[in-house]
Amino acid sequence: MRNLWRWLLAAIVLRKSKKTTVRREVELPASPRAETLTALLLFGAGLAGLAFVAIYAFDDANTQLLGASIAVALAFVAAALILAAAQVVPQETLEEPRPDFAGDVDGPKTGLSDGFSARQQRGVEEAALTLREGTDGVTRRRLLGAAGAAAGAGIGAAALAPLASLGPAVGDRLGASPWKAGVKLVEENGMPVKADDLAVGTFLTAFAQGADKEALATSLAVVRVRPEELELPADRADWAPEGILAFSKICTHAQCAISLFRYPLFQERSPGPALVCPCHYSTFNVLDGGKRIFGPAVRPLPQLPLRVEDGYLVAAGPLSGAVGASWGRVREED
Amino acid sequence: MPLTTRRVLRTVESRTGGASPLARALRYVFPDHWTFLFGEIAMYTFLILVATGTYLALFFEPSTAHVVYHGAYAPLRGTEMTKAYASAVNLSFEVQAGLLIRQVHHWAADVFLAAITVHLMRIFFTGAFRKPRDINYYVGLTMLVLAVIEGYVGYSLLDDLLSGMGLAIGNAVALSIPVVGGQLGTLLWGGRFPGAPDFFSRLFFVHVFVFPILIGTLMAVHLALIATPHHTQFRGRGRTERNVVGTPMWPAYALRSLGLFFATAAVLFALGGLVQINPIWQWGPYEPYLGTNGAQPDWHLGWLIGALRLMPHFDLVIGNYTLIPNPFWGGVLFPGAVFGFLYLWPTIERRWTGDRRAHNLLDRPRDNPTRTAIGAAVFTLVATVFFAGAADRAFVQFGVPYEAQLWGYRALTVLAPIVVFFVTRWACRRLRDGGGHPARDSGAALVERPRESSGAAREPTVPAAFQDPGRG
Amino acid sequence: MAAAALLLAAFAITGWAHAAEAKDSAAVEGVDATVAAESTPAGGSPGAEEGRELFEVHCATCHGFDGEGTAGQAPPLTHAGEAASDFYLRTGRMPLGQVGDEPLRGEPRFDDAEIEALNRYVGSFGEGPGIPEVDPDKGSVSEGMRLFTDSCAGCHGIGAKGGVAIGGYAPPLGEATATEIGEAIRVGPYIMPRFSEATITPAQVNSIAAYVRLTQEPEDAGGFGIGHIGPVPEGLVAWLAALAAILLVARLIGERLGGSRADDEAEEPR
Repeated sequence: MRNLWRWLLAAIVLRKSKKTTVRREVELPASPRAETLTALLLFGAGLAGLAFVAIYAFDDANTQLLGASIAVALAFVAAALILAAAQVVPQETLEEPRPDFAGDVDGPKTGLSDGFSARQQRGVEEAALTLREGTDGVTRRRLLGAAGAAAGAGIGAAALAPLASLGPAVGDRLGASPWKAGVKLVEENGMPVKADDLAVGTFLTAFAQGADKEALATSLAVVRVRPEELELPADRADWAPEGILAFSKICTHAQCAISLFRYPLFQERSPGPALVCPCHYSTFNVLDGGKRIFGPAVRPLPQLPLRVEDGYLVAAGPLSGAVGASWGRVREED
Repeated sequence: MPLTTRRVLRTVESRTGGASPLARALRYVFPDHWTFLFGEIAMYTFLILVATGTYLALFFEPSTAHVVYHGAYAPLRGTEMTKAYASAVNLSFEVQAGLLIRQVHHWAADVFLAAITVHLMRIFFTGAFRKPRDINYYVGLTMLVLAVIEGYVGYSLLDDLLSGMGLAIGNAVALSIPVVGGQLGTLLWGGRFPGAPDFFSRLFFVHVFVFPILIGTLMAVHLALIATPHHTQFRGRGRTERNVVGTPMWPAYALRSLGLFFATAAVLFALGGLVQINPIWQWGPYEPYLGTNGAQPDWHLGWLIGALRLMPHFDLVIGNYTLIPNPFWGGVLFPGAVFGFLYLWPTIERRWTGDRRAHNLLDRPRDNPTRTAIGAAVFTLVATVFFAGAADRAFVQFGVPYEAQLWGYRALTVLAPIVVFFVTRWACRRLRDGGGHPARDSGAALVERPRESSGAAREPTVPAAFQDPGRG
Repeated sequence: MAAAALLLAAFAITGWAHAAEAKDSAAVEGVDATVAAESTPAGGSPGAEEGRELFEVHCATCHGFDGEGTAGQAPPLTHAGEAASDFYLRTGRMPLGQVGDEPLRGEPRFDDAEIEALNRYVGSFGEGPGIPEVDPDKGSVSEGMRLFTDSCAGCHGIGAKGGVAIGGYAPPLGEATATEIGEAIRVGPYIMPRFSEATITPAQVNSIAAYVRLTQEPEDAGGFGIGHIGPVPEGLVAWLAALAAILLVARLIGERLGGSRADDEAEEPR
């Protein structure tokens, strides 16, 4: 690629600094072909750029052509620059001294305490002296220092205080819920949920009538199992009329919506009915009141006691536990 | 030409006295190794991010207000969604070249983080973080942390089904911080999840202004702290701790570097036009009561989804109350430990080798077997957790049962780093002492050399003609 | 021998004709998924005979000669209905290779005529969902997308590329026909939930089928879809295509260890 005997070796010092010599080796490429190719590439890039403008103006939203044309233009420029860098401009290797701020590159491993050069020492001393002289004649340094610290603390606190208004005090906010006895269950379109509409093995998303659908505590996963399958604890024996169960739809691990319901067609050869969260696959057994049977969740899924009024599903009380992810004030046993 | 150049230079000199510094800058020497370009790749993708991001920000509406969609994409017509999501769909289907810019921006974000990762690995395995570059190393690490968060915030702005689920998890992770978590989560979101009405405009401002300013400023500091002591270099003929040998900035290096910028841009625009990324119209809008199977975060958070899924199901409970909820272990402790290791490493290595000197010559990874082995082991741990995060897709694609994969990965996170540590250290020693490649020269006699403490450089013999006369 | 074959052929043809007739009349009457379709009297006509024969050879060992099931091995088919039979047989999920296997899509073991005969026979065991009439063109894709997100995406994924349901596999729907979708919704195969006509109406089934058809050929305005499953393949492309290409350029323009461009005898230091 390179003609060796064109190589100009400047073994003689080109530039002398006070302390070190600088060596330089230059090779002048003489490649009209490379220059022509570079020029062609650049012209090509220009054309491709114009093509982009044309496509933009005349072809509605063709992302592929737009991307391809501008990519070609950019690639041609890249190729031109790289070619020019390698074969059009002089190839130079330069050696020069680098500063040694620490002064200990060649010293012992522990580092030199006196590695600084005389000039560096002077600089440090001068800076230190100037700083110190700035407080000549000041008598009550400690008082002023303490006062300055007090001012800093006070104003610093004042500067940070408005951050507290970014949001409300957590208070009971994270535990708020619209569910209590008598609240009707409705579907996403606002229609009340009829118990008879639900087939065994079904899965439905329901909400508290009148509540904000986006609020975490509002949404429920309603499922139906055969009543004889239920294994609810004694204090929840009447929470699932006709085998219909309702649980909070929000996973107690990291707050994703639980949107999988596993209901086996053939119980004896498949895993049992369970709600599964698609984020980290926490799995909750619906038959025993929402206890976790797989995955990283710890707290069981809060269950809503149900009753059937005039054929419609209605809450018979509040949810059995806190909704959503755990935080400092959540009780583990819920 | 020279006449005009001289006139410009005289103008510059008479206003700023800058001709001499300019001359020095033009002759600034760059050591040439190709791995020194990784940081530049990251910088150039950042520039493309800023340029494309500026364009996108002119069209995007960061609003939580709900609208019913009636735009160009038929399958979404009649669906209720936030204005944020709707404006993103409009950008994709109704703004000319909008989808191209959107996709270039997202590809650039993925490549930005990948480039920083390989750059960090190069810095670590060659010991470039040692004095006088330790401060700069911390600056770089901080930029990585900021970039990870910035990427997350960026794709969460669109309020699609996948990123919305990710925000719910983010809120849960914030809540899981002991003592302050509940208040922190509530402050950041302006209330309980899904947050106050101004939540998206808050995210927007953070993504478009706060973090780019922080990253940009740190980048300028990063460059300054490289230029001042000059770039490191590998050992070689004529290269010492006191000099720098390479290509001057003008003309060859500048052209090459500019060429790299255009090549990066070309790759990103090619991808942006030809390979689809984040097709939010296929995911649909997010609601807190909706979820989809197989939702994944962008790749740079894959290690966190892996950690959250792998971590066994325990909270730290005091009496009846949860002190440390489960998401804390995978979402805060694990990344905290990894970044803690990275931040502390220069100090640890200094203490352990007792070497407090400045270093301008780089190690080859084999020159410091223990450092390389430890770095490889930590990387293996992160990579194992990362791959565990995609186990559900592996199940769907290849049929390996998910539960079995979980247990397999749990075992691997313990065993793989240990194995990698010993194998890496052995391989480095073989390479360093034997001069050959363990895989290539198997059977060659292992040259016994007295054990040198790691980090102590074996100075190569520099021919007299190239030796520096030395300091006066 | 030839006579027997002719007889069998005659039965097969009449059975097929009968089955087609049965299907049409079922559609006309409007199938109520929670109530049975018309039940063909078992063993009454030639078509049912073939159905019974096939059943006894291929299914009865597990499901019992009257479809009563075998404890611990196979469920009863009393309320399976034609929909379940049609779904499992057309998608090749049944007959199962081994008891306890998860039923997965495969090549159907029977041809159309045999399936229809079996459908009628299984449908005759008792009341069960009939084969639904599903027409995606009558549905609304946007409504289908909303319904699919609510009821199906949790297992099958929003792009219908399949998913994990701990303890089972929610298959991708790339090969699902409109009828199979309708059947699955009513039957709730394996561990899938089941939806009554009140919960998901036939019109809504049409819409879901329309959406699933869209997922089989999504709108890829952005270019190559790389699998339509999101960030995992995107990350692979970012590393293995984009970054790899850029690193290649870097290697092209930078130096390798062994010296500068000016160094001819580039050698590794010892």
